[in-house]
Amino acid sequence: MASSVYLCLLRAVFLVCFVNPLIQGLSEDESVFQNPHHQQEENLTGLPIVTFKWHHVETPYLVIIWVFVAGLAKLSVVELNHHVISVVPESGLLIILGFILGGIVWGADRAQTFKLLPPTFFYYLLPQIILDASYFMPNKLFFSNLGAILIYAIFGTCWNAATVGLSLWGCYEAGVMGNLDIGLLQFLLFGSLIAAVDPVAVIAVFEEVHVNEVLFILVFGESLLNDGVTVVLYNVFDAFVALGGPRIDAAEIFKGIFSFVVVAFGGSFLGIGFAILLSLLTRCTKHIQIIEAGFVFVVGYLAYLTAEMLSLSAILSITFCGICCQKYVNANMDEKSVTTVRHAMKLLANGSETMIFLFLGVTAIDTEIWVWNTGFILLTLLFVFIYRIIGTFLFTWMLNKFRLVPIEVIDQVVMSYGGLRGAVAYGLAALLDEDKIPEKNLMISTTLIVVYFTVILQGITMKPLVQWLKVKRAAHSDLKLIEKLNNRAFDHILAAVEDICGRIGDNWWTRGWNRFEENYISWLLMKPKARKNRDYLFSIFHKLNLEDAINYVSEGERQGSLAFSRSDEAANVDFKKQFGSEFADVMPNIMVDMSNYELGIEHFSVTSIVKDTIPSVSLDIHGQDRKNAMDDINAHHLLQQHLYRSRKHHRHKYSRSHFSINQNEDEVQEIFQRTMRSRLESFKSTKMGVNPAKKITKHHKKELTHKMPNGHPDGTGHLYGDEEVEGLCVFLPHLIEAGIENPVFLPDMDSPTHSPPWLMETEAVAPSQRAQRRLPWTPNRLRRLAPMRISTCSTDSFLMADVSLTLEEHEEHSQTDHVEM
Amino acid sequence: MGSFQSLPDDHQYRTLSLKTGFSLEQIAILHNRFKQLSQNEETLRRDDLKTIQDLESNPIRYQIIEAFFDRRNFQKDGVGSVEEIGFEEFLTVMSYFRAPAHHITEEQREEIRRAKLRFLFNMHDTDNDGTITLEEYRHVVEELLSRSGALGRETAKGIADAAMLEVASISVGPMAPDEFYEGITFEHFLKILKGIEIETRMHIRFLNMDTAVFCKQHSV
Repeated sequence: MASSVYLCLLRAVFLVCFVNPLIQGLSEDESVFQNPHHQQEENLTGLPIVTFKWHHVETPYLVIIWVFVAGLAKLSVVELNHHVISVVPESGLLIILGFILGGIVWGADRAQTFKLLPPTFFYYLLPQIILDASYFMPNKLFFSNLGAILIYAIFGTCWNAATVGLSLWGCYEAGVMGNLDIGLLQFLLFGSLIAAVDPVAVIAVFEEVHVNEVLFILVFGESLLNDGVTVVLYNVFDAFVALGGPRIDAAEIFKGIFSFVVVAFGGSFLGIGFAILLSLLTRCTKHIQIIEAGFVFVVGYLAYLTAEMLSLSAILSITFCGICCQKYVNANMDEKSVTTVRHAMKLLANGSETMIFLFLGVTAIDTEIWVWNTGFILLTLLFVFIYRIIGTFLFTWMLNKFRLVPIEVIDQVVMSYGGLRGAVAYGLAALLDEDKIPEKNLMISTTLIVVYFTVILQGITMKPLVQWLKVKRAAHSDLKLIEKLNNRAFDHILAAVEDICGRIGDNWWTRGWNRFEENYISWLLMKPKARKNRDYLFSIFHKLNLEDAINYVSEGERQGSLAFSRSDEAANVDFKKQFGSEFADVMPNIMVDMSNYELGIEHFSVTSIVKDTIPSVSLDIHGQDRKNAMDDINAHHLLQQHLYRSRKHHRHKYSRSHFSINQNEDEVQEIFQRTMRSRLESFKSTKMGVNPAKKITKHHKKELTHKMPNGHPDGTGHLYGDEEVEGLCVFLPHLIEAGIENPVFLPDMDSPTHSPPWLMETEAVAPSQRAQRRLPWTPNRLRRLAPMRISTCSTDSFLMADVSLTLEEHEEHSQTDHVEM
Repeated sequence: MGSFQSLPDDHQYRTLSLKTGFSLEQIAILHNRFKQLSQNEETLRRDDLKTIQDLESNPIRYQIIEAFFDRRNFQKDGVGSVEEIGFEEFLTVMSYFRAPAHHITEEQREEIRRAKLRFLFNMHDTDNDGTITLEEYRHVVEELLSRSGALGRETAKGIADAAMLEVASISVGPMAPDEFYEGITFEHFLKILKGIEIETRMHIRFLNMDTAVFCKQHSV
């Protein structure tokens, strides 16, 4: 909820800043634009009430309109007949839709007013796609296959560029293409720009086919890195072309190779540098949580632009920035910010991907750029296709000599068939200098045809091919804890066996790196707090628990009562007691998270561990304070409940930097009151309590003494002057930071000695220690919250569970009925 | 490089090679290593393995070492564990970590997969009753997580419980509240780990050349 608001903001920023120049310079009727007030002044006889000021807003308006159209295009493509969708990939459909739109524009204007310009593409559309791809790169998989990926990306691309260029030149010399003004160097330049497999197109197609993960990472990693390589190659050859054939000697060639290395690796290292900067930055953004997510985008873009400025490889720079920073940034930032980054990243990437494909289509409808040369175009298509296959098989053959698990022939076929060309090639072609390369338009049209051919035709046939070849598909990646656990155990086993047979293998290196990373890099780049809960398994566990808690709550709510499943408090869990102080810092996050879902519940068990019956007697003063504070709030609540009965009006508040301020107190109170009432009632009905009446009075007295004036226990001022409500509202975040949950959770935090009356009920029902380990009274889908179901030693707990069993069953039945309806 | 001229027990190596699928070179290297670990004895004991320095940081080293002395892993229908193992047993256990051959049929692949998973299963199922009970699983998870330091015992328990429940929900489906889940059987184990391509992942690279020089540096 909160993040969606945020996303809207980001989207607005994106629209205004990034795409703005897209059509700047595309609008041809600049002359009118220069004199925007002209018409207005003429008609100005009196005071105009409303004037039509198109030229004021023309550029941003056009940009927005195109973005809007692109969005609609995407929508219509997705919502289109599902039969079509299953055959033609989305990217292909978008291009086709682009043809239609381009046709409409052309029909109206008799010229193509809109096209994809290289600067727009390289500065405003490409970076976020690359950043997205690298930020979500499965790092482990990527680095374990890095060797293969690098071989394909560097040598494969060079191979493609060289062979395509040379073969075309050969054919030209043989006279197949007629009379063209192209030399060997130009052919090589063309070869280098057409060599790159495009990540945008590849992701778009491969995402839909779900091939196995090794194949995916090979194709994806290759396409990501070889873009960088292609741009570098392109620049080198561009320089050669500019230099002119005769002046190229061995020294120049050597310089070219050297610059290739420098540009590629320099870009990568620059990216890593920015990743470090970003990680360090997010270490200390705790107090500006609202904008910390923005840093990821800003620094990423900065990495791109800086590399561009230093004429290093910008794509490689942003790629490595994303790959290297993800782990630390995700750990350092607040969970909400991480979600924001994730969504915003996808939004930007998906948006620009849509724009790119659409404009690739629109651009085609233009008579200016089309130059037809059958020989050149067909041969290019042929060579691109053939050399990709040969290259893949050649390099795989070499790689398989060293790989323990060889890349299978089927995978190789898919890899070579997946060599889709895309917008990068077009962008580079459009970037060509017409003075140096007279046949620029021929190259552009050939590139476009190659792009259309690969994206549409190969895209369409990819799925049937994958099915027909029975390529190993990816297993559904359901978040399975057990799998992760096994993976973890597995790594250790492999490393151990390597140790035992006394060999320094891959696992040895991995482990060495991990140790180094854990000891030094994490120490440097990660918040000390984040380091603790960084454990991968724990984060999955955490995620699953959150999921469950949400399910739990929503199912509880569906049963119509906010005070659902009140009956077994004892099975609920108090994090702090369970995990000790270690996780005290982490757990409030969960609580905050949950309160953000505004589910209106007051207690849920978020983990599968059952509450200890032994009270956690904390010796440290902090803990004692906490308890006192809890009592205080408790008292405060009771007081409020008794003294100020009137309902307060819902107040809408606005804050640019906080979300939580709007969490309305009424609701919390309402819930609290209701629960209290229901608890007290159920308490009355159970007559098994130990001295209940006495306890109650005692408790009230105690609470009265703990009363807090105005609800400002820590003296923090109120922000907006509304004392009664604000007091607690301001107070709340502090508590949470101090390791205390939302006040509504508090009753259960009490240790048994101070046990409030509503807890006594359960104590009475479940007197034995073990009985407390009975199942939470689960909604159907709630699996993990009820671990003890499988416990071997909790027989008596099931006796206890039987008490409510019939009721539960009844409930569950009605629930399932509900669902089915 | 492959310079193990005129090995005394060449014939024995051949039979071992047939049995375990290792090449002669690999066997020779592993034999060297074996002798190094056992201090030139005929048999290897647990303590020999425990002295390996790199293993010390491995959280589940006891399970792994135990696997080498587990009869189930080198005998058909074997039960219990042994005090010391000979080279052949050592090699048999090692052979679980061989990469599959390049060209194998589907059935062979499935067989390899089963064998490898059985090995893993045995590692968890310490009392050899055919199921991994919650207690057993908890133990492994605790060891696994204890090293990282950040996660307490309770968390480990919680994670083990959650994982177990997951297994229960996957393999048995929804259960009535009074039902028990006994533990993970091998069939369930196969089912859960369906997604992991164990046959292509559970392997290490056995070198064809002797790296004994290295070994001496990195293990006592």
